[in-house]
Amino acid sequence: MSAHLAIAPVLAPFVAGLALLALAGMPLGLKRAVSVLALLAQAGIAMALLAAVAQGDILVYRLGDWPAPWGIVLVADRLAAAMVLITTLLALFAAIHAGDGADRHGRHFHVLFQLQLFGLAGAFLTGDLFNLFVFFEVLLIASYGLLLHGGGAERTRAGLHYVVLNLLGSTVFLFAAGLLYATLGTLNLADLAQKAAALPAQDAGLARAGGLLLLAVFALKAALLPLHLWLPAAYAGTSAPVAALFAIMTKVGAYAILRTATLLFGDTDTALANLFEPWLLPLALATLGIGMLGALAAESLGRLAAYLVVASVGTLLTAFTLGAAGIAAGLYYLSHGTFASAALFLLADAIRRRRPANADRLRPGPDLPRHALWGALFFVAAIAAAGLPPLSGFLGKFLLLRAAPGQPLVWLVILLGALAGVIALAGAGSRLFLSSSTADGAPLQQPLPLGAAGAPTPRELLAVSGLLGLIAALTLGAGPAVEFAQATAAQLLAPAAYIHAVLGVTP
Amino acid sequence: MEALIAMAIGVLTGCGVYLVLRARTFALVLGLTLLSYAVNLFLFATGRLVTGRPPVIGAAASHADPLPQALVLTAIVIGFAMTAFLIVLSLRARADLGNDHVDGREDA
Repeated sequence: MSAHLAIAPVLAPFVAGLALLALAGMPLGLKRAVSVLALLAQAGIAMALLAAVAQGDILVYRLGDWPAPWGIVLVADRLAAAMVLITTLLALFAAIHAGDGADRHGRHFHVLFQLQLFGLAGAFLTGDLFNLFVFFEVLLIASYGLLLHGGGAERTRAGLHYVVLNLLGSTVFLFAAGLLYATLGTLNLADLAQKAAALPAQDAGLARAGGLLLLAVFALKAALLPLHLWLPAAYAGTSAPVAALFAIMTKVGAYAILRTATLLFGDTDTALANLFEPWLLPLALATLGIGMLGALAAESLGRLAAYLVVASVGTLLTAFTLGAAGIAAGLYYLSHGTFASAALFLLADAIRRRRPANADRLRPGPDLPRHALWGALFFVAAIAAAGLPPLSGFLGKFLLLRAAPGQPLVWLVILLGALAGVIALAGAGSRLFLSSSTADGAPLQQPLPLGAAGAPTPRELLAVSGLLGLIAALTLGAGPAVEFAQATAAQLLAPAAYIHAVLGVTP
Repeated sequence: MEALIAMAIGVLTGCGVYLVLRARTFALVLGLTLLSYAVNLFLFATGRLVTGRPPVIGAAASHADPLPQALVLTAIVIGFAMTAFLIVLSLRARADLGNDHVDGREDA
């Protein structure tokens, strides 16, 4: 078993997806149970994988036992294992929430959900550039299905933009991979890193162009300014569990940027050294700014949450440019930000379903049923998303600022961004929960779509409180979590061990 | 031969980008198809252009690089599936939004 541990997180959702496809005609309850049980198993696998690599070992799985760089390898290091675990935990609560009705509109919701996880796990674990493209396509085609699930004009419009942009992104990815292959003669990431040192001078320009095209593709996935415009409509328009799961989708782009920036374009003396550096910090700060402006201007809670996703990508990529301490802060913030935005998307949906007249638009209306409970949950999620103490978002931003001594611009943007986030979320909360007695003409007697009291369904409560519980765990376990993030950053910045594990030679 | 291939890729890419920017779903499908032709040719050319050499070691005095051919095959299959999906989505958007503009607005 342990010999196959590195491929288990990829295979488990694939097998679960196929099983669910075979169960397509069976009752929905059975499919939900299979999906959640499969996710529990995947969480177990992800934890086992994390435990196996926590001491700094790098697991390499050679598909078909072809030696690298000729065969395709899966590589599990600290970063990949942590990303897989975050994805699986997020997906578990999203799938529980999907059981509340979002999976009712089609027969294959859970199939697509599992195949999405298959693509995500593959993208995190693969050690081959072209294989990364293939897993991107797997996760994208599943995400197209999930995004459009349920239909409707708004969803179709946002979905069309998302699909077309990502198809263009895939084309650019192929151009980039082709350029790197033409100049370096390999697609294995470790081998690319090694061959970059021997790059002939006349090919350096082509290889650099290929590297920057890669950055453009990953920036599109991560929703980095100016490639962020597809995100708010797509995330705000889709169903809640899908939006929650998509909280990890932008992090795939951030992961790919971090992986290539440290492994291929690291601080070496090759022609490809520090290729992303002039672009990343200004774009990341601008992304943070535009995300927060969007959050301030948002007219519905769903859109507010979507703009906070954009802002959190900006924060994350800012952190990734700040050396070892910054990468560690960014990784800690990544896990926090993913769970916080997912919780906000789920809450937006819960509020939307209980306000037939106003949906999740940020304007006063009649009191929600079980007002205090929803208010309290929103309060906690807002504190997490805004990065206020005592929750982990504050710790993440604190670590980030500490990693940027003598960089007043970073301090200014991060602090102003945090202020804007607090204002946006406080405004949203007060309009949704505090000024609700001043009904603006909406009928006070609302037809409730749910149970008689509009009480939280057990699944909703479990999903939201589960995500908030993960944030609490990150806060309470901040010591070990930050130590792990620091060890991950150290491992990323010393790529020789990665190259040695894959190729068996020391560069 | 290199110049001819390079021009073909360039013309295909240019036409593809122009059609994608037309912002009508039918033109979009054609544009993305042209772009995928361009990138397939480009990937094929990354193994260097040679004639009369099999991509098998030992079958002839020298061999062509087999990897780009495998990559192109993968890219064609994925591109084919994505085109099919995009056509279905375009038809759906035409039905849901009432016209074939990507924003669903006739005046845009």
